[in-house]
Amino acid sequence: MAGIRGNERPAGWLFVAPAVLILGLFMLLPILMALWVSLTRWNGQGSPFTGSVPFAGLDNYTKLFTDEGLARQDFMTSIRNNAYYVLLVVPIQTVLALALALVVNNRLLKGKGFFRTAFYFPSVTSSVAISVVFLFMFANGGAINAILAVFGIDGPQWFSDPRGLVHLFFDTPPSFLTEHSLFGLSWWDWLAGPSVAMCAIIALVIWTTSGTFMVMFLAALQNVPVQLEEAGLIDGASAWQRLRHIILPQLRPTTFLVVTLGLIGTWQVFDQIYVMSQGNPAKTTLTPAFLSYRTAFRDFDYGTGAAISFVLFLIIVVLTLVQRRLTRERN
Amino acid sequence: MTRLRHAALAAALAGSLVAAGCGSGFDDNGSTTTQQSAGPADLKIMIASSGDAETKAVQDAAAQWATSSGSKATVTPAQDIVQQLGQALAGSTPPDVFYVDAARFADYASVGALEPYAQGLDGVDSFLPNLRQSFTYQDKLYCLPKDTSTLALQINTDLWTKAGLTDADIPTSWEQLRTTAAKIKAKNITPLAIGDTRDRVGAFLVQAGGYWVSPDGKQATGDTAQNVEALTYVQGLLKDGLAKYPKALDTGWAGEAFGKGKVAMTIEGNWIKGALNADFPDIKYTVKELPAGPKGKGTLSFTQCWGIAAKSQFKQQAVAFVQAMTSAEQQLSFSKAFGVMPSRQDAQATYQQQNPSDAPFVAGAQYAQGPVNAPKMDSVLADLDAGLQGLQGGDPKALLQRFDKNAKTALGG
Repeated sequence: MAGIRGNERPAGWLFVAPAVLILGLFMLLPILMALWVSLTRWNGQGSPFTGSVPFAGLDNYTKLFTDEGLARQDFMTSIRNNAYYVLLVVPIQTVLALALALVVNNRLLKGKGFFRTAFYFPSVTSSVAISVVFLFMFANGGAINAILAVFGIDGPQWFSDPRGLVHLFFDTPPSFLTEHSLFGLSWWDWLAGPSVAMCAIIALVIWTTSGTFMVMFLAALQNVPVQLEEAGLIDGASAWQRLRHIILPQLRPTTFLVVTLGLIGTWQVFDQIYVMSQGNPAKTTLTPAFLSYRTAFRDFDYGTGAAISFVLFLIIVVLTLVQRRLTRERN
Repeated sequence: MTRLRHAALAAALAGSLVAAGCGSGFDDNGSTTTQQSAGPADLKIMIASSGDAETKAVQDAAAQWATSSGSKATVTPAQDIVQQLGQALAGSTPPDVFYVDAARFADYASVGALEPYAQGLDGVDSFLPNLRQSFTYQDKLYCLPKDTSTLALQINTDLWTKAGLTDADIPTSWEQLRTTAAKIKAKNITPLAIGDTRDRVGAFLVQAGGYWVSPDGKQATGDTAQNVEALTYVQGLLKDGLAKYPKALDTGWAGEAFGKGKVAMTIEGNWIKGALNADFPDIKYTVKELPAGPKGKGTLSFTQCWGIAAKSQFKQQAVAFVQAMTSAEQQLSFSKAFGVMPSRQDAQATYQQQNPSDAPFVAGAQYAQGPVNAPKMDSVLADLDAGLQGLQGGDPKALLQRFDKNAKTALGG
C-alpha cells in the first residue's frame, strides 16, 4: 500500500468527492427515502421520517401480488399493457433504427445530411408536442382514418375502443381461458393484446425513438472498417451475407446498448400516457409508471405508489441482466 | 484497500445521515403550530382557476380584503392543484387557504389536512344543504362551499326545429326523452351526447332513486334495483343510437359535440355557457331541467370549497378571509365575473333574477346530489368510469357488483 504511489488514493477520492456527494444527495438518498416510504402507510401529511408514520412492512408489496383486490388488478393490468408495449416497441424500433442507419450510411445515397436530420428530427422534438399531434392524427375523423378510408377500411375509434387486438379477432373466448386466472386477471385478459389506443402510442414511440438509436447505429457503422466489407465482396459474399456475417457481428455492442436502453425506456413510459390517454380507454393504456403516479398523488397512497416503482425497478434490472446473459452466451 | 473502501462507504453513509438530519427541517410539528390569532397575517391562497377571469376576480377580492384587514393575501393559481397541494402538504408548508373539490374533499379530510372551521360557524345555514353535505366528513362540516354548478339539459334550437319538434316535445320524463330522441334520430341527427363518466351517467341513478354510495358516504350501494334500472335505460339509449359518448362523436367532451352542432341535446353543467360563448358563439340553444325518472327529478351538483390547512399559522384570519369571500355580495360579484352559481340560498334568488336563462340550473341546485364523498375512492371511481365507457356492450348488474366489491374494500380499509 505504501509504495511510491501510496498517496494517490486519498487524492483520487478527493477528486471524485463532488460527484459522489451530488449523486449521493440527489440520487442515492432520494431512492433510499422512497424505499422507506414504500414500507410505510404515509399519507402525505408532514414528514414521512417521524415515529407517527405507521410502518407497514411489506404490506404495500403483498397488496400488489397476493391480496385479491383492485390494487392487484390494476397493477397486473398495467404490467400486461406494458409487456405488450415492450414486446412490440423494442424489436421494431431496433430493426427500424438499424435499417435507417444502413440507408443513411450508404455511400451511394445523395442528400445524406437531409435524411439524417429528417430521421433524427422526431427525437429532438418535445414528446408532449408530438403526442398532441398524434392525438389529432388518430382522431376518429383524423388523417389516419381518412387514409384507411381510401383503401376502403373502416378505421377504429382509436382512443375509445378498449378491446385488445387479439380480442378483436377472436370474439368468443374459449372457456378454458376464462375459467383460469393468474394474479386476479383471467388468462383471456392476459392474452388480450394491446388495445388499438396502445397501438397508436406504440407507433408514436417507435417513430420518435428510432431516430435516436439510428444515430448510435450510424456511429458504430462508421467504425466498421471498409476493408472488411471489401474482403467479403472479393470472397463473393452477397449483400445479405455481408450484412449478416460481417456488419452485424461488428455492431453487437451497439445492439446490446440499443436494446438495453430500449428496454429501460419502454418499461418507464409515462409522458405519452399522461398526455394522450391517462390510462383510458378502460385501463388499456395504464402502465406501472403512470399507475404509481396516480396511486401516490391521486389516492394519497404514497406507500403503494413507491412500492409499484420499486417493483418496476426490479423488473427492469432483472430483464437487463437476462438480456446481458443471453447476448453473452452467444459470444 | 478494502478498508479504504469501507471508510468511503462509511463516509457516504454519514453524509446521507447528515443530509437526513437537515431533512428533518421539514419536520412534523403540526400539533404545535404556533397560532397568530390577532393582528396582520400573511395569507397564501392557492386556487384551481377556471381561467384568467376567475384568477383576476379572486385576486381583486383578496386585495380588497387585505387592505381592509391590514393583512397580506397572495393568490396563486395552480396548474395542477392536486399534485401541487400534495407536495405542499408533504413538505408541511401548505397554503393557508386553497380550493378543495368536492370529489377530492374526503381524501383531504381523512388524512387531517383540513381544519374543520365551518363546524358551528355563524351563518352556515344559509348555504345549500346538499352542498354542506358534500363537505361533511364524519359528521363535521369542514369548509364553506365556494359556488356550485348543476347538470341540466341543453337543446340546440336550430336542430330542434329542423327535426320538426316544438316546445311541446321538450322531454320531462325518461319515456319522453326516448320518444323525442327517436324522432330526432329519424331525421338523421344524433339526438343526445352524454359524457362517459359517473359525473353524467350518475344523474340517471339519482332520477331512479339510487346512487353509488349511501348519503353518509360510508357504504357502497351500487347493486340495487334502481341503479340497474337506470344503467339499463342509459344502455338502451346507447344501443339504439339515441345517445352517444363524446369520443364516438370525435369530440373531447359533450359540450364540444353540442357546440359543433353534431347533436340536438346534451347534458352538461353551468360551465357549458362560458365554453359555448368562447368557442361556438353562434350556436342557439336553450336550457331545461333534466327529464325526471321513475323517482322524480334528479341531477348532480359540483362544487369546490374554501379549505383551510390544519397546519396554517393564521387560522383565524383565514376564516375571516373565507367569510369575506363567501358573503352573498361577493358571491354575486364572482358569478358576474366568471359565471358560477352562488352556493348561498340567500344569493340564489338574486342570481336567478340577474340570469333568467339559468333558472334550470338554479332549480336543480335544490334537489341535486353531490359527488361521492368518501376517501380512497379515486381508483375505485376510475375503475367505475372504465366500466361505464364500455356500458354499451357491458352488463349493468355486473358493472355495479364490481363497483360494490371494490368500494367495500376501499371504504372498509
